This record gives sequence, structure tokens and C-alpha cells, in this order.
Amino acid sequence: MTERVVITGMGIVCPLGHDVETLWQAILAGKSGAAKTTIFDASTFPTTFDAEVKDYDHARYTKNPQLHEHSNRGSGFVVGAAAQACRQAAIDVETDEPTDGIDRSRLGIYLGAGEGSVDNDVFFAAIAEGWDSEKDEMDWGRWAQVAFGRMSPMRELEQEPNMPAAHLAMLTGARGPTRSCLTACAASTQAAGEATMLIRKGDADVVIAGGAHSMIHPLGLTGFNRLTALSTRNDSPETASRPFTASRDGFILGEGAAILILESLASAKKRGVEILAEVIGYGSSSDAFRVTDMHEEGRGAAQAINAALADAGITYKDIDYINTHGTSTVENDSVETKAIKAVFKEEAKNTPASSVKSMLGHLIGAAGAAEMITCVLAIRDNIAPPTMNLNDPDPALDLDYVPNKPRKMPVNIAMNESFGFGGQNNVVIIKRYQD
Amino acid sequence: MDSARVAITGFGQITPLGLTAGDTWDSLCAGRVGIEAITAFDPVGFSCKIAGQVPEYKIRDYVPKTHRKATKLMSRDIELAVIAAKEAFIHAGLVTRGIDPENINVDPERVAINLGAGLISCDLVELAPAVAASVTDGIFDIRKWGTDGLGLVTPLWLLKYLPNMLACHVGIIHDIQGPSNTITCAETAGHLAIIEAAQIIARGGSDIALAGGAEAKVNPIIMIRQCLLKRVTSENNDEPDSACRPFDADAKGSVFGEAAGVVILEELKHAEKRNAKIYAELVGLGQSNSINPAYEHIEPDGKGIRIAIEKAMAEAQIRPDDLDLIIPHGTGVPADDLAEASAIQAVLGDAAAKIPVWPTKSMLSNTGAASGAVDIIAALCAMRDGKIPAAKNCNRKAAGCNLNIVNQPQEKNIRFVLCCSYTYGGQTAAVVLKKTY
Repeated sequence: MTERVVITGMGIVCPLGHDVETLWQAILAGKSGAAKTTIFDASTFPTTFDAEVKDYDHARYTKNPQLHEHSNRGSGFVVGAAAQACRQAAIDVETDEPTDGIDRSRLGIYLGAGEGSVDNDVFFAAIAEGWDSEKDEMDWGRWAQVAFGRMSPMRELEQEPNMPAAHLAMLTGARGPTRSCLTACAASTQAAGEATMLIRKGDADVVIAGGAHSMIHPLGLTGFNRLTALSTRNDSPETASRPFTASRDGFILGEGAAILILESLASAKKRGVEILAEVIGYGSSSDAFRVTDMHEEGRGAAQAINAALADAGITYKDIDYINTHGTSTVENDSVETKAIKAVFKEEAKNTPASSVKSMLGHLIGAAGAAEMITCVLAIRDNIAPPTMNLNDPDPALDLDYVPNKPRKMPVNIAMNESFGFGGQNNVVIIKRYQD
Repeated sequence: MDSARVAITGFGQITPLGLTAGDTWDSLCAGRVGIEAITAFDPVGFSCKIAGQVPEYKIRDYVPKTHRKATKLMSRDIELAVIAAKEAFIHAGLVTRGIDPENINVDPERVAINLGAGLISCDLVELAPAVAASVTDGIFDIRKWGTDGLGLVTPLWLLKYLPNMLACHVGIIHDIQGPSNTITCAETAGHLAIIEAAQIIARGGSDIALAGGAEAKVNPIIMIRQCLLKRVTSENNDEPDSACRPFDADAKGSVFGEAAGVVILEELKHAEKRNAKIYAELVGLGQSNSINPAYEHIEPDGKGIRIAIEKAMAEAQIRPDDLDLIIPHGTGVPADDLAEASAIQAVLGDAAAKIPVWPTKSMLSNTGAASGAVDIIAALCAMRDGKIPAAKNCNRKAAGCNLNIVNQPQEKNIRFVLCCSYTYGGQTAAVVLKKTY
């Protein structure tokens, strides 16, 4: 008998708030997390705004803030998100003698986590010093002098994408299966999906799953700007993310961490913790098309949706609400709509499908897990969150995107879609828990 | 439902000891060391000036014509993965779109890919002109970067450095449409990617999976990081052959390098049905975590490594005596080697002193996300040929290490092999391979 997998805790640190309820109220109020970039001076970049986590201090969530003081932004956020989620799920943190009923060798971690920013000042200074413009070559001796003189070993180590998981291991004492993946914008949906599989297989009773990422740094913004993936609506950050509109021009770069505690039903019952929802399906696929573009017809996306439906043992008719990837790029919103139509056929237009990225921005590696949390809340409160800024619908995109206002409606089963650069497709299906 | 059994039916590799798995194995058997003075950049000022670099190759020789243009978007990590993947499919007798589009013998939707990848460092020389254009009074000026520098960065620059692009390029070349994941757990990534892929097959998520890892660590940023973290040896620059000394009393640190290793995993019945040669079966997969707040060294008792090995042994349902070979992580960092030896000794008890232990990093260097996969391929070759090459550079075992490091090549029927790995970020893994007849 395969273990059923339920969600027993959630936590988030994101541009719309530092806890789940604040996030949800902001979404229901249609608030935007976007504003002028403050983390560094982006005033001359093509895009001068983003969606930042503001006024965050990881020390609020830990007795040992010094353990996390060198961390990259993503690792710092994930400490807070995990601390909240563990509290809700009654998982003891920062103790050598936990009494929460969870065997530490069966407590796993699975994050979709991104790399930390390079140490910008030193990174650029060393290149500037080392580059010999006359010879058009690097003088490695000069480069090394600056780099060795100014680089901090800890700052360098903390850039590794597996470090957010390291911080969670320190926080929780987890000794179960631990992995980090980085499949671009689909990473944390994949992490939660694979974490579900670890529990189903019996390799872990509880997995701390989710994502942590910040690409709000000069090279990140440069990279996305050069790809023309970001909105350049600099005069109106709050309305810049406008998925499924005719005037959409790219996403808003966001950051944050989102954690879900996934647990076997048996463990949750034994421990007597509240069950928030059940994860019933997961599907993963790849486009195998182009590095630069999604498959035009959304072949891979549709395949991942179908795989998740099959895994859940349900059909498209059973899905009440779709939390789309909905990035507000020309390409994604069009391809995603096609994929939904391909799978949902006659039900496509009747299945509400919204994008919270219109408010939250795009948390990249952390996006999927943050959106899974909104799915759980949608089920809890029977409300479909809105797609904000949907004032000029793209005539070619004709699904029910829940424009501009949340909608009270029965939500028993919600589907979360995440798609990443290079053709990574991951879908998770969440259901209201019933014994 | 019982989960499906998972076989290994092919492998491919590019390492400091060769452009193929065959060349690498021959070199290992011949006792060659793939570590030499760094030529990828001038390591002036670096405490460690040696590394494991792969032989010269031309990436165009390894990609179909349709993908030639896309080679411009490949960082070296991606290139290495692409090269090893091609060899692996051919070795397994699998014909993909990238091997021969006229004679495909796989169902693209039933093939998965799961690769371990590192934190890919950008090419500093490529960025330098943009940085140089952004300097005001000798100092980098972020505002000038926005106006003058940023535009000099090639438009698709970011795509070269996303870790998932290894799997994406390989997937596009070979038309892999099933589940695709990229594990970013540093030196444990190769093992964890293989473990996850095996579990995908076991649960029926695919029939075939290409799994392993690739990383090109011979890059100034990555090497300086290892120097700053004092993980490298700085005393053996003049003697690269004897520089990396896992479990040896005179070990001074690790030596880093570049490689890719991938295996073809296949559902056992699927492999049998097509009469594929089966090199081994994956029978024990263990995963855990070290908790080491200071990151300076792995926790001294190797607890996270120990738990992973215990889990792998339990899943394989074997006793310590059943193991005929252990390929440890063995980096040459004395404290870490001792922690790993303690873990192995704790799990295997008296048997630990008898089972041959063959650390490969003295010859192949520490190739990060590739290393676990590279070790598994070494294990497969050892099983196939009934032969364990001699370990290098462990002349006098470090105090506390009671492992049976084999300094002479051995002929031996190898039934079960244990491979293990760990990272400073915590993740640990252990894999038990079983020879199939």
C-alpha cells in the first residue's frame, strides 16, 4: 500500500509578506509586491524594478542567528519559511532531543534552490583590475591579487545552490534523504513532487520541501534583461506583471522562500497534527525542443499535466482550479493556454486558471512552492485567487483567468503548473484532505 | 505493487584520464594519474596550481548537425555532459534522435534524464570587456554597467550558466521527453541523480533514464573558492602525480578537476526484452545528511555518511562480508577522510579491514558533481573485468584509518560494490551495485 502524502505545515518569506496569512490577505486584496529595485542601484538597467523581500531578519526565527549570518539571500529566507512551517507542523527545531515523534533519519529535505549572488563588489573589482584592455586578455596575477585579498571563504561557499538545504539541516537536525534541484523556474514544484515520491516509497516519513531563491543581483538582472524576459514597464511596477493580456511584456523578477511540510498520512495521524491538504499527483516532463523557447504547442507542458492527472488517478474534469505558471511573458502565457486547452478540451474555458505572479512577481526557483501554498489556501477558503492587471485580454487567450477579483467558488482539487527555461515542466495536484 | 528492478545497461565518461569510459578504465588499470599543472588559465598567485583536466576535444564532433549552432550556448560543463551522454547511449545500444534519426529504437516519452550539476561559474574573460566598459576612475560603476556594460553581454548569456542546461542540451539532442531533473548537491549530486532516476524507473515513471553528473571545476572562480576554503593541497604543486593522497598519513588536501559520467538505467525487464548487456543492478540506495555548521570539515564521526551507508546496505539486504569492493569519496582532505573511514568502519565492523577499498580521486581528481557517477562507472568496469586497479598515493595509512586500501592490482570476482559520497553542504549518499550474471 502506497503511503498517502499530506501537507501539515507551510511557511513563506516573499515580497507580499513574511508569513502565509499575510501573503494570502495581500493576494485577496490584489496587492502588488513590485517596486523600484533597492538591493542595488539598478537605475540605469533596462528594468529598474523588481519584487523584493523587504525588512526581513532571519534572526527573528532562530536561536542561533550566527549560524546563518553569512548566508545568501535565499538561505536566509528559507530559515524563516521553514521555521514557520515546522512550528505549524509541530516539528521541533534547534534541539538535540526532539520530542515531536519524528525519527530524524526519516526526516528529509528537498529544495528547489538557486545559487547565491556572487560577491558583487569583489567580483567586478577583480575583473576590472585584471583585464588588460590593450592586450584584450586577463592578467590572472592581477585578478588573483584582488580576488585572494578580498574574497571571503564563507561568502563564496554560501553561493552553492545546496546551501539552503544545509541551513535547514542545521535548523531541524534532518538526517533523512536530502536533495536540492535547480530546474530553473520549475524547481520547487519539482522538489515538492519528488519529495512526495520519497514519502510514498517509504524512504522518509516527513520531508521539508519547497524552494529558496534570489536572482535579484546585478548579474541576474543582467541575464534576464538580455534575454528580454523581464517587463520594462518602469513607470508602473505594480501593473507590470499582467499575465494573459495583450500588452504583457515580461515578468517581474522576485525572490523568496516557500516551504511545505509533506508527511505520510500515517505519521500525521500518529502525531496528531492538523492536515492542511493532500498531495495526490505529480508529473514531470521535458520539451526536448529548444534551449531558448518552449515547444510551440506546449507538448511538454501538456504531457506533464497528463502525467500528474494519471498519477492522481483523476481526469481533467476533476480539477477545480489551476494555478498557472502565468509569467506574463508573451511566450509562456500563450503556450500555457494551448497546453491547458489540449488537456482540458471542452472544460478548458470552464476551469478557472489564474496567475498570482501578477502580484507576487516571479520567485524563480521558489515560485512553484509559493504557488502550491496559494493552492492550499484556495482549497481551505474555497476562493480562486485573481489574475490582477488583466484589463486588456489578449484575444487569442480565452480561458477563465479569474480577472482582477478573487472568486468565491468550491475548490476541492487544485493543480499547480511550473515551467522552466530549457523546457522543464512540473505539475503537482493538491486535494482537500478527506479521511 | 512491487517496484521494478533497475539495471545499468551502458555508460559514458569523459575524465582527466580519457575521452571515453574505455580510455579512462585503461588508464586507471595502468596506474596513470590525470592530475597536472593547470593550463586552462594561468594560476599565478593560486596556492594550488594543479588540477585534473580532460584531454582536448572538439565539441562539434559530438553533436548532430542540427545542434551545431546551439554549441555556442554551451558552457564547458554542458559540453562534458553532452560528450558522455552520446557515448552512453551508443554503449547501451540505444538509438536516439541524436544518434541516428532514421533508426530510433526508444520511445522518447519513456526516457528520463537526471543529472548532477555544479554551480557553473561564468567565463570571466567573456564578461571582462563589459566590466572594462563600466569603470569610472578605475572603479567598477554599476550605473555605467547599466548604460554601457550590460549591452555588451551576449543576449543568451544566462542560458550558458543555468545548471539545468546540461540536461536540457542532452535532452534536446537525444529527444528525451520524460521526467527531467538537475540535482545541485555538489559532490553528492552524481549519486543523488542516479538514485532519483532509479527511483523514477522503479515506480514506473520511465523505462530508461540517462543519469549521472558533470562539472568543469578548472576555472579561476571555482579554484579560488577551493583555495580560500583550504580544501586543496598547496604543497604538492611540483609533484602532481602524488599530490592527492586519500587516507594517507601525508595527505595535504584535495585536487579538483573536471569530468562527466553518465549511466543508462533501465527497467530490468525492458533491458532483458531487448537482450541488452546488463552491467549491474542498483540494489541499495541510501541518502542522508551531515550537519556541520562550521563547514570546515565533515562532522568527525561521519554520522551522515554512516546513515546513508546503513540505508543502502539494508535496502540491498546484504551483510558487510558480501561487499567485494568499496569506492569511497576519499578526497585527500585528512579530517574528511578520517570521518568517512570512521563511518565505513562503524557500519561494516570487522569486515571494513578486509574489503578492498579503492579511492579514485588520487588518479581522477575531485570532479565535483561528476565524481559520484565517475566512481560508479569505475565500479562497473571493475565488476565487468573482475579486476581492481591499484590505489595510488596511500603508502602509509593515516591514523584512525583501518580500511584495506589496495596498493596492488587484484583479480577478483566482484559481486557487490559500495560507493559513497558527501558534500560540505550536508547531503550524503551511498549506492550498492550488484553484479548480474
